[in-house]
Amino acid sequence: MAPHPGKLTDPDADVAVRVRNLHRSFNEAGGVLNGLDLRIAPGEFVALLGRSGSGKSTLLRALAGLDREVTGHGSISVPENVSVVFQDSRLLPWRRVLDNVVFGLRAPDAEERGRVALAEVGLEGRERAWPHELSGGEQQRAALARSLVRDPQLLLADEPFGALDALTRIRMHVLLRKLCEAHRPAVLLVTHDVDEAIVLADRVIVLDDGVVRRDVPVHLTGRRSQADPEFAELRTHLLAELGVEDDAEAARRSYPLHRKAAS
Amino acid sequence: MSTLQATHSPAQEVDATSDDRVVRRRLGPGRRIPFGFAIGPVLLLALWAVGSATGFLDPRTLSEPWTVVATAAGLAESGRLQDSLLTSALRALLGLGIGVAVGTVLAVLSGLSRTGEALIDGPIQVKRSIPTLALIPLLILWLGIGEEMKVVTIALGVMVPIYIHTHNGLRSIEGRYAELAETIGVSRAEFIRAVVLPGAMPGFLLGLRFAVTTALLALVVVEQVNSTSGIGHMITLASNYGQTDVIVVGLVVYAVLGLVADGSVRLIERKALSWRRTLAS
Repeated sequence: MAPHPGKLTDPDADVAVRVRNLHRSFNEAGGVLNGLDLRIAPGEFVALLGRSGSGKSTLLRALAGLDREVTGHGSISVPENVSVVFQDSRLLPWRRVLDNVVFGLRAPDAEERGRVALAEVGLEGRERAWPHELSGGEQQRAALARSLVRDPQLLLADEPFGALDALTRIRMHVLLRKLCEAHRPAVLLVTHDVDEAIVLADRVIVLDDGVVRRDVPVHLTGRRSQADPEFAELRTHLLAELGVEDDAEAARRSYPLHRKAAS
Repeated sequence: MSTLQATHSPAQEVDATSDDRVVRRRLGPGRRIPFGFAIGPVLLLALWAVGSATGFLDPRTLSEPWTVVATAAGLAESGRLQDSLLTSALRALLGLGIGVAVGTVLAVLSGLSRTGEALIDGPIQVKRSIPTLALIPLLILWLGIGEEMKVVTIALGVMVPIYIHTHNGLRSIEGRYAELAETIGVSRAEFIRAVVLPGAMPGFLLGLRFAVTTALLALVVVEQVNSTSGIGHMITLASNYGQTDVIVVGLVVYAVLGLVADGSVRLIERKALSWRRTLAS
């Protein structure tokens, strides 16, 4: 990066993720991302909201380096150490939980670090279990442990709780906030759940038509509660950005009906 | 359902401590029967014994079970049975070993690279359409009638099911696991060791079960081609002298070989696939 001797502050000095003018398209007809710009500071938790097809997942996959078959241009800079949490836990079914957590981890004390990470997500004692013996929530905890054990500078999460039931989801929100406060990675969380975004993030970004349409900092302090009038105001505001006017209708929609992770 | 009924009619209420219902998967095959695998064979043995005892089975057609046991004891005493068994088992194992190794390596090469697939898959599919036993005349011309021809025939037969099922297992590994390995940043060698091989294991083991059967079939056939040793040789001689009891002893030995081989593969399967939750478990 070229130094800027004339300026007192380098605009790129304190940035974990910088995306400039990012274009991505799957076919000739139209782009999924149309000149998107994004910055995430180290340790900042950003939630990415958007309707289906708004380009949320495409952006996340671009940052994860998983979009080799997609055409496009633009510049992306991400930290060296990036970890991804997928919607499914993606635990290898033939490896025990601990072996999944330390999969590919090249460190002499990998096993010990794996145990610590499992304890952190509340899975102490389940090291020797097979993935199928865990519940959906526990599988996703193990996936979180697998990311944490690598000490990522950037954590990319693609609707990580989308397949969990509502109660498990609330517990996972608490856990994720606790973990992020302890480890301070920059986080980009893709979600379609407005409440989840407000509860977790320092900043909420609304994506529409492949560009950032709104960029809203969340100033709520302490325990974030839906009973808080500021929470409700922000929620109504964000829902409006997503094109949902009726609040009661939205309340029903923001908790999706599928419950496939129960098994 | 039962709790619902219980709330509506207290008379049917079940005491939780005395609940002795067997909870089991309703649409599964049911509980495992102890020694279930032996029931069928034992039943057949019983039918044979009854048929012989009642005179329904002529000894010239099929010797009585007890005569067969006596003949087996005699053959064992002279050491002929053990020698023949050892020779045959070694042939089968050697052919099986070579065939499994070659089939697995080819499947991995073909499953992991497009070049490998282009080079390997076609010839194997062609080979598959020619029954291995049809190659025996050519193999005799190339290798003679000695051990090489026998082992190579068995290996060629074994290679095909191992290749087909391992390749299929490799190709059915879900792409999302490869994606995970990419985000984690593992090397290609680690990817093969940790994702590809364990992922292909169910396919490989299915192939192994077919391979074991193929190996025995090929063994029986090659042993009838100018053999001077082995179970097949013993049976061929007995056939010339009309000794049905010796023939049956030979057949029983083949059957035992087959059962032991299949049992071993099942055992390996249960150990190696303990991570799988299947309908039967």
